[in-house]
Amino acid sequence: MKRNRLVMTLISILFGLIVGAIALLIAGFNPLEAYGVMLKGVFGKPKYISWTIIRSTPLILTGLSVAFAFRTGLFNIGAEGQFIIGSLVTTLVGYFIKLPPIIHPIVAILAGCLAGALWAGFAGFLKSKFGINEVITTIMLNWIALYFSNFIVFTDKFKRPNKEASYKILESAHINILEKWKTSEVGKAFLKNNDFLKDFLNPPVNYGFIIAILVAILIWYILKHTTLGYQLRAVGFNKDAAEYGGIDVKKNIVISMMIAGALSGLAGAVQVLGVSKETAILVMMEGYGFDGIAVSLIAGNNPLSCIPAALLFGGLKYGGSKLQPTIGAPFEVINIIIGIIVFFIAMPKLTEIITSIKGRKRGGKVENNK
Amino acid sequence: MKIINDIGIIIGISLMYAAPLIFTSLGGVMSENAGVVNIGLEGMMTIGAFVGAAVAYFTKNPWIGFIAAGLAGGGLAILHAVACVTFVADHVVSGIAMNFIGPGLALFLCKVFFDGAAMTIPLDLNHKIPRPLNGILPPDTFLNSVFNQYATVYIAFILVLIVWFLLYKTKVGLRIRAVGEHPKAADTLGVNVYKMKYLAVILSGVFAGFGGAALSTAVVSNYRVSLISGQGFIALAAMIFGNWKPQGAMWGCLLFGAAQGLVVYLGGTSLKVSSQILAMIPYVITLITLIIFVGEASGPAANGLPYEKNQD
Repeated sequence: MKRNRLVMTLISILFGLIVGAIALLIAGFNPLEAYGVMLKGVFGKPKYISWTIIRSTPLILTGLSVAFAFRTGLFNIGAEGQFIIGSLVTTLVGYFIKLPPIIHPIVAILAGCLAGALWAGFAGFLKSKFGINEVITTIMLNWIALYFSNFIVFTDKFKRPNKEASYKILESAHINILEKWKTSEVGKAFLKNNDFLKDFLNPPVNYGFIIAILVAILIWYILKHTTLGYQLRAVGFNKDAAEYGGIDVKKNIVISMMIAGALSGLAGAVQVLGVSKETAILVMMEGYGFDGIAVSLIAGNNPLSCIPAALLFGGLKYGGSKLQPTIGAPFEVINIIIGIIVFFIAMPKLTEIITSIKGRKRGGKVENNK
Repeated sequence: MKIINDIGIIIGISLMYAAPLIFTSLGGVMSENAGVVNIGLEGMMTIGAFVGAAVAYFTKNPWIGFIAAGLAGGGLAILHAVACVTFVADHVVSGIAMNFIGPGLALFLCKVFFDGAAMTIPLDLNHKIPRPLNGILPPDTFLNSVFNQYATVYIAFILVLIVWFLLYKTKVGLRIRAVGEHPKAADTLGVNVYKMKYLAVILSGVFAGFGGAALSTAVVSNYRVSLISGQGFIALAAMIFGNWKPQGAMWGCLLFGAAQGLVVYLGGTSLKVSSQILAMIPYVITLITLIIFVGEASGPAANGLPYEKNQD
């Protein structure tokens, strides 16, 4: 079954690339050239690789957030808002509170997680107490989060003059790898002789990626090997049966939303501490949460698979960003490709038929899965 | 009578903002009553907004744009129907795919047809959707503020009636609802389940496309990236709010439109409130109304479930 799932995902990705190629071709661009540009844009230089990893990091976490909620029977369309609130609170803690290094980022991250957890927990509470569909509440909460964040950033003490953003967080809260060393004399001297490392460390490489991987393993463990995970999955699988089995369904809904929210809040936190260092005034949603939904779906809602899925997603987006400046092809072809990938992932039946036709041609036995 | 005029202005703005949502929300009503969850309304609305504005710009006729928008939305909905009905896909997953494909395709085509610009060229005032009662009512009066609306506003409300009639007073409507409630029973009675679902999903896309065009060719005069951002989801929320009924969805959209109208009105007064707080109001009001009035909502019984003919 697991192998099937992987084959299916790969076929979906192939279809996505084919449809993307057709769109490019019709629009008058050479698809091979375009994909070449993207590949080079991701693997061409060490710093491109680190940018891809940096871009993927928040997506691993929002992907985990959505996947976790899905596994427990909830659709967390609110990852976007939880991300916004998480980044806002992390920036507040990173700027206003003075703490020594190491402790500062830890406190800021925990604050971001807590904020995301409470934001999502509210939707969980509304669902368990009043039975209101979490899809609507989290959609509304996304917009409320966006405007609330803007409102806070616009306050005099927080807004950087002449900038559509808050003040930068204090240096003690940064989570960048070898940040001080990079610009020190020793570091400069060392990097002078090591081009690969110099280039790789040029972008804001940070501990976020490591945190995301550790958290993915943690979430996988919680779902698979703990009582809490068992209960949450039971609620997701069959609410009534779980209730009959003595599981407090209402409590579990709130807990599940809070964990999902903490994950999205964490995504916002590492993005602020590692990359943006500030909260910008948003005109529209940035899409970390919505991209997280796609990541989760490509990963089949499996926490560990969220890592490669997010890397694929981050790679497509970062590589795709090179299209417009080099050959002038619209970047949006990436969204079409991602949409088609998700579209085919939605149809396991179709991909099953396709693979079985292939099997028949080879004269092999057709596997019957049902 | 300034206060009455002001109330008229607020009502007018509310109706204008509610109309695109009503179209899209009715799309949700169609699809979900036939048992197909359509979270892809946002994507269908976006492609409609682009195609509507682009075709209206090139043909200089807003109505051709409006129809084209419906076709574009319907076209995207065919994909959703193929996935959900024929290939028993997970409706939510397919819907999310629509929300990537629709906006992606819209902006891709926009850049191809408009020299890399992320918005279409604005329509001339006389190439926008007309206001049929413009100049007939006395200016600066309550009646004028309320009724001097774009034709799409009137069409939206007429469509509510049509969808209500279709669903509750015709044979096709009964079949659509039967398919959404209990497809097996409907099938046993000789209803073509797949055909009904296809019909409902495609209509859903057509309506969402209309909704997009009602924004891009009437409320504003072009398509741009941030135009739809989230309206499709709000229409979806309004449909759930309205308990999956056309008239209910309409009230949901009107509530949201009214909150929006109030915000636009307050923004124009000398009131000292942060614009960000004002912008938040419609969402907060919707949330509070949900808590007070709605509570447990449940749609058609077989909504979101795949249906395969030969399954036990």
